Amino acid sequence: MLRFIVRRLLQLIPTLFGLSILLFVWLHRLPGGPEAAILGDRGTAQQRAEIRTTLGLDEPIWVQYGRFMKRLASLDLGTSIQSGRPVTEEFFTRFPATVELALTAMVIATVVGIPLGYLAARRRGGLLDFGAVTSSLVGICVPVFFLAYLFKVIFAVNLGLLPSSGRQTPGIDATHPTGFYVLDGLLTGEFDASWDAFAHLILPGLALSSIPLAIIVRMTRASVLEVLGEDYVRTAEAKGLQENTVRVRHVLRNAMLPVVTAIGLLTGGLLSGAVLTESVFAFGGIGSFIRTAIDFRDYPVLMGFIMLIATTYVLINLLVDISYSVLDPRVRVR
Amino acid sequence: MSLLTVDELTVTFTQRGKPDVRAVDGVSFTVDQGEVVGLVGESGCGKSVTSLALMRLLSGRNVKIGGSVVFDGIELLKLRSEEMRDLRGSQLAMIFQDPLSSLNPVVPIGVQVTEILTRHRKLRGEAARKEAAVLLEKVGIPDPTRRLREYPHQMSGGMRQRALIAMAVACAPRLLIADEPTTALDVTIQAQILELLKELVDSQGTALLMITHDLGVVAGLCDDINVLYAGKVVEAAARRPLFAAPTHPYSVGLLNSIPRLDAPRGEPLKPIRGSVNDNIAWADGCAFAPRCDHYTIECLQGPPALTEALTGHRYRCVNPVTTHEPPAVIATEDGR
Repeated sequence: MLRFIVRRLLQLIPTLFGLSILLFVWLHRLPGGPEAAILGDRGTAQQRAEIRTTLGLDEPIWVQYGRFMKRLASLDLGTSIQSGRPVTEEFFTRFPATVELALTAMVIATVVGIPLGYLAARRRGGLLDFGAVTSSLVGICVPVFFLAYLFKVIFAVNLGLLPSSGRQTPGIDATHPTGFYVLDGLLTGEFDASWDAFAHLILPGLALSSIPLAIIVRMTRASVLEVLGEDYVRTAEAKGLQENTVRVRHVLRNAMLPVVTAIGLLTGGLLSGAVLTESVFAFGGIGSFIRTAIDFRDYPVLMGFIMLIATTYVLINLLVDISYSVLDPRVRVR
Repeated sequence: MSLLTVDELTVTFTQRGKPDVRAVDGVSFTVDQGEVVGLVGESGCGKSVTSLALMRLLSGRNVKIGGSVVFDGIELLKLRSEEMRDLRGSQLAMIFQDPLSSLNPVVPIGVQVTEILTRHRKLRGEAARKEAAVLLEKVGIPDPTRRLREYPHQMSGGMRQRALIAMAVACAPRLLIADEPTTALDVTIQAQILELLKELVDSQGTALLMITHDLGVVAGLCDDINVLYAGKVVEAAARRPLFAAPTHPYSVGLLNSIPRLDAPRGEPLKPIRGSVNDNIAWADGCAFAPRCDHYTIECLQGPPALTEALTGHRYRCVNPVTTHEPPAVIATEDGR
């Protein structure tokens, strides 16, 4: 198992290396550059050239890439052009917000999706099944930003039940040792701050969960239907086991295998930033920062963020593979 | 009174927009305490469906079950599903055809054995594990404590079937239904498994309902044999009279179709011609008529009735076989 983990982590190196080359070429091929974003329309050609020289953008692309890699070797991702702060700092102040949001969405999607998918399969062809399948189709089809606005208008603006934007109500004075606001409140004993942060997570979490929820419902349903027809479920019934034992140990345990993979992949996807949801709720995660970085042609931020997101994605996949081998003894981790 | 009395059991599968399929069409037979009864027939004759219906393992809205199944004085078909759950595994147990797919791949063998002990014998923890090891030992699995921790894919086919048998006999059931228990196994393992089943039912006094297409299996094991064709019992007799003097042309065909070692080299095998697809509906006459060598015009005048001969031999045929080709003798070592 340890060898497996080490090998997978080593595989990360060529993956990130390839990704860095592709990204570097792509980004520098984008029309325009940071000088245009900084100067706007008024800058003279000379001013533009000066900025390009200061940023080192006038050198050949392989020289720039070499410099990037040299810095990377000492875990330095450079400095943001827009803010002048180190890229890693920018990333790690924003990443906790994204993680909190992604986890909230995935918890909602999993906790609702698996039971719903299971029940839909058990009552195949029934009203609940029809409802689950139809609404999951709607969940996939409706754009997230639309849902986000809808939730915001109904629950925050009209009903006033939940906060409409941000991660914390402005007046609250809370310390943030980790950057995960809900966790911070629990650690420092400021439970009201923790609760406030949690309330801020609900609406964006719900909006963001729609697509993963729909996918999990459908996958669970299909998987349970398949397992229900398996011989070992019939064996379990023939043994006269209680319905709950058959349900949990023999049906769900097997049906969960493909769903776990899906949950892992979906989580990875959400961790790369939910631009639309973050924008609607002014949530301030990495997604919205990447969007402004693109406008600004903030090359170091884009490079750094995408590399870090890719690393996260690979790590999540590693976790999925490990949990898979725990859930399914036939899959031997080697 | 018999332990199990199946009377006019019918199983119908319905599907919207399609004609109903009657897989079991009025099957009746009995199993006495400690007796071994065979249910024989080719694929699709309804033998597995019969066994699943007895266990009430056919569920869903598109299955209709009729007739009566009385086990130890209890009408199983009218039992509430919770009461049936209590009987399954403790009084009635079942072994299935494919031991690999019949075991849960992600749960250790040990848990799959102990769960039935916990359910019906209230054994927990260490006591359940000890008893499970004893059971595995009893069905001939060496090093049982180690095996309990293994998963099904780590065991051989024969071992898996033994593990399934251990689960089936864990609560000393009064009736064991074995649905083609040896079909998926090597021939050498088949013999061992049959031997094991025989030992277990003898020592526990369990009645065994053996469902198979293999006449060799019934010949070595069964006291009574019911031959099924197209969802009906077409011939029922004790083992000796059935093998010595099969009366229904289908039984004769089954016996003749067994390849024989003493047949001259190059002699073609004698299958029953046609397939179950050629059947006609029982309502119109004998379902077997289109494939039958003894076919007469009377075969098409309504369903043949079950006739009882003086010997206790029952058959459903208007033109039974009376003169016999040399009786097919299948090696049997004892005179049961």
